[in-house]
Amino acid sequence: MTTIDLVSYEDALASYDPVMGLEVHVELGTRTKMFCGCSTELGAEPNSQTCPTCLGLPGSLPVVNAIGVESAVKIGLALHCEIAEWCRFARKNYFYPDMPKNFQTSQYDEPIAFNGYLDVQLEDGEVFRVEIERAHMEEDTGKSTHVGGATGRIHGASHSLLDYNRAGIPLIEIVTKPIEGAGERAPEVAKAYVAELRELIKALGVSEARMEMGQMRCDVNLSLRPNGTEKFGTRSETKNVNSLRSVERAARFEIMRHAAVLSSGGTIVQETRHFHEEDGSTTAGRIKDNAEDYRYFPEPDLVPVAPAREWVEELRKGLPELPRVRRNRLREEWGVSEHDMQSILNAGAVDLIVATIEAGADAASARKWWMGELARRANEAGTDLAALEITPVQVARVCALVAEGSLNDKLARQVIEGVLAGEGDPDAVVAARGLAVVSDDSALGTAVDEAIAANAGIADKIRAGKVAAAGALVGAVMKATRGQADAARVRELILERLGVEG
Amino acid sequence: MTAELIKLTAAEIAAKIASGEVTAVQVTEAHLARIEAVDEKVNAFLHVDREGALAQARAVDDKRARGEKLGPLAGVPLALKDIFTTKGIPTTVGSKILEGWIPPYDATLTQRLKAADVVILGKTNMDEFAMGSSTENSAYGPTGNPWDLTKIPGGSGGGSSAALAAYEAPLAIGTDTGGSIRQPAAVTGTVGVKPTYGAVSRYGMVAFSSSLDQGGPCARTVLDAALLHEAIAGHDPLDSTSIDAPVPPVVEAARNGDVKGMRIGIVKQFRGEGYQAGVLQRFDESVELLKELGAEVVEVDCPSFDLALAAYYLIAPSECSSNLARFDAMRYGLRVGDDGTKSAEDVTALTREAGFGDEVKRRVILGTYALSSGYYDAYYGSAQKVRTLITRDFEKAFGEGGVDVLISPTTPTTAFPIGERADDPMAMYLADLCTIPTNLAGNAAMSLPCGLAPEDGMPVGLQIIAPAMADDRLYRVGAAVEAAFTARWGHPLLEEAPSL
Repeated sequence: MTTIDLVSYEDALASYDPVMGLEVHVELGTRTKMFCGCSTELGAEPNSQTCPTCLGLPGSLPVVNAIGVESAVKIGLALHCEIAEWCRFARKNYFYPDMPKNFQTSQYDEPIAFNGYLDVQLEDGEVFRVEIERAHMEEDTGKSTHVGGATGRIHGASHSLLDYNRAGIPLIEIVTKPIEGAGERAPEVAKAYVAELRELIKALGVSEARMEMGQMRCDVNLSLRPNGTEKFGTRSETKNVNSLRSVERAARFEIMRHAAVLSSGGTIVQETRHFHEEDGSTTAGRIKDNAEDYRYFPEPDLVPVAPAREWVEELRKGLPELPRVRRNRLREEWGVSEHDMQSILNAGAVDLIVATIEAGADAASARKWWMGELARRANEAGTDLAALEITPVQVARVCALVAEGSLNDKLARQVIEGVLAGEGDPDAVVAARGLAVVSDDSALGTAVDEAIAANAGIADKIRAGKVAAAGALVGAVMKATRGQADAARVRELILERLGVEG
Repeated sequence: MTAELIKLTAAEIAAKIASGEVTAVQVTEAHLARIEAVDEKVNAFLHVDREGALAQARAVDDKRARGEKLGPLAGVPLALKDIFTTKGIPTTVGSKILEGWIPPYDATLTQRLKAADVVILGKTNMDEFAMGSSTENSAYGPTGNPWDLTKIPGGSGGGSSAALAAYEAPLAIGTDTGGSIRQPAAVTGTVGVKPTYGAVSRYGMVAFSSSLDQGGPCARTVLDAALLHEAIAGHDPLDSTSIDAPVPPVVEAARNGDVKGMRIGIVKQFRGEGYQAGVLQRFDESVELLKELGAEVVEVDCPSFDLALAAYYLIAPSECSSNLARFDAMRYGLRVGDDGTKSAEDVTALTREAGFGDEVKRRVILGTYALSSGYYDAYYGSAQKVRTLITRDFEKAFGEGGVDVLISPTTPTTAFPIGERADDPMAMYLADLCTIPTNLAGNAAMSLPCGLAPEDGMPVGLQIIAPAMADDRLYRVGAAVEAAFTARWGHPLLEEAPSL
């Protein structure tokens, strides 16, 4: 691999102003494909979820998935877009083996949603408005696996395997207008935009938008222009940048690369670029010259889509609270800092905490358990919080048991461990493991007496008025009861037995 | 008995089977025997499904034996254009690129035929991908016109029209993108109908030009065409462009032929240079006949029709360039050059080079060019505007012009000799001059025999054109004309054809 000259990020920004365009593809979570009735379930045997239509067999025809259209309208509305009163699908013609018809059924000059915006919040709370050019409906392609080469790319491969299960899965492509004025924060804005869009998509319930599963894929287009100038520079298109962190890194890398080329008197080639996770770099892909011609024309096999205004308004009314607004509301309700809220968001804990509060827990406790003990366990297990075998209702019950004094934190952790191990609900774990706090005097009395007898020296000090020494005896009792004793009551009993006022 | 059975109309056959006078198996065997006897000369069929046809016929006989009610076409044999998919039966579209392909699914039309207990004898020859007017563009050799085997049977559905004229089947299915049902019907002395666009499902009909393609019935009589029309038409949720409305009462119309009090328009543009004298003579006689039958005949000006051919040869190739892109050797059909050393792109290119014929390549190249950036507006865009103008001409004629139907010759000339226009695409394209406007506007039209041209003794077709969703008018007018001509001639025109 040839080494790429870079200039430092600071030097790049000292001379140049970045302009970005972000194209995000979202796979919709519809049960069936965009133009046929095949399942969209992931992970099935290759080519088991195909039919004449999504295989492009001669004679087959597409039929539009109504849920796909509804999802597109919802996304458009949530992005403050105008919704087309009448729009058509178009054929994007190009040959590729994983595309069954050798055209992609997409939309061209009549997108279903256009002219919107998405406000994104940066980590310090600053809000940046990203203008949306359009959101349109299209279908995914199949998947090629190139076998026999060293890199997994087509180059050098001996043959390729084609899986058409993905062919025809509905996609919404969301394209921003040129993002200007972000300056040095451009990579951060790119990341925040994709993150916000992902939250939005999830909140709408139209897709799980899991980037690691390819359900959401991002292309980062970037160009530089000398500071103080208007005209856009030549852009590069970094394809398939598929994590939030990568979006930020790709933008940052391209800024440094472009600056190096431009400042040494070179010119940027308009090309696609591949992003490399390992080192955050990009390398050249296809040159995009004007020879690329998709010969778009209106899809004659489909009738136009004309979303009725009343229906659109109905969908608008049904939109959930936007994630950013909701997040700010929750942050205030919970009384946490921007930074803490960001951590909660990053941990994927917002909805879990909300559900735990709805199940009766107070905000501080809900947050404490999810962001503390449970986050630690998820981290250990290498899974998401949401994937843990414990429900918000169960966590709320643990909080309630602690609040009423039946459990202390140490016992609560054991209860959680039991729930996670599949031993049942918190109450069942408490009963089965015998974890209830012991505050019954007769049961504690014996343990206290034994502790006093075994630590006569300390007992004498306490009798002599050194009340602080009681802690050692409390510790001994707790040890003897394996932590189940109510520590406050133990202390009272010790002082009582020794005839000292607490 | 065989000789009698093959001359019967579909309606007669169905009645005889229903009454028990003959069995469906006897009828099918008679037609299979006829195919055996003459198709080596005619070459109407690409594939004869002997076993399947007999099995379908037996099922009809069993049904009758069980006392079940039989449909109006139960047990009637049919020749299916090889453009509709048939599960387990080869479907080639007349192309080498699909040689050996066995579809895993039935077209909606195929399913409907089976549901109506129609016996599918086999698949008929056609111009490759329905591109042509002579069936000479088939990769499997030309079909002969039963009136004169040295002449073309029309195209693209020449196999279907020839099968009817040669008494190999009483019913056939065609598809009409620019005239591929009507022009073959005209030159073989048979009846063919292009229904309103969207009337017959296109699901499972291999696409040539999606916005123009329309399947339809072919028969030897107007009533038979109507019976078949009714069996295959109707809404299909698998075809988004399918019309969700009741099928017009075509059978009732065919049973009540009448033109009294109708206003019939003659399209001024369909006359003049390039029209054979004998064709115009028979057309003029038809006009006189209609007047005698009580119709008012007026001349109608449709100026945009002069642009129809040009618009058609931009729209159809454009859509076909995209529709035919799927033939890439990856999933089905022919694969050439896959020797382990070539890239997928190379194999696709070699396969398309070897698998497509000249006319298909010509249109794919033409369409690719017309759609390319910088040319789209001038070509495809302009053609779509012409399409709108043509639709307006029709609307004007049927609307303020107050005509019920329009008439014209179906095609400017009678059947020409095989080979005569093979190297002259423009001459070939002119065969569809009168039929193309209807495809562009999406309305309905029929061709039926109106006599033989004196100069060559070959059949001439009369075209009747109706507004969209008024397909029944075709049958009302067609039945009246057919009855009057048959009475005048003393027999159906086809009886004048030489025996094979």
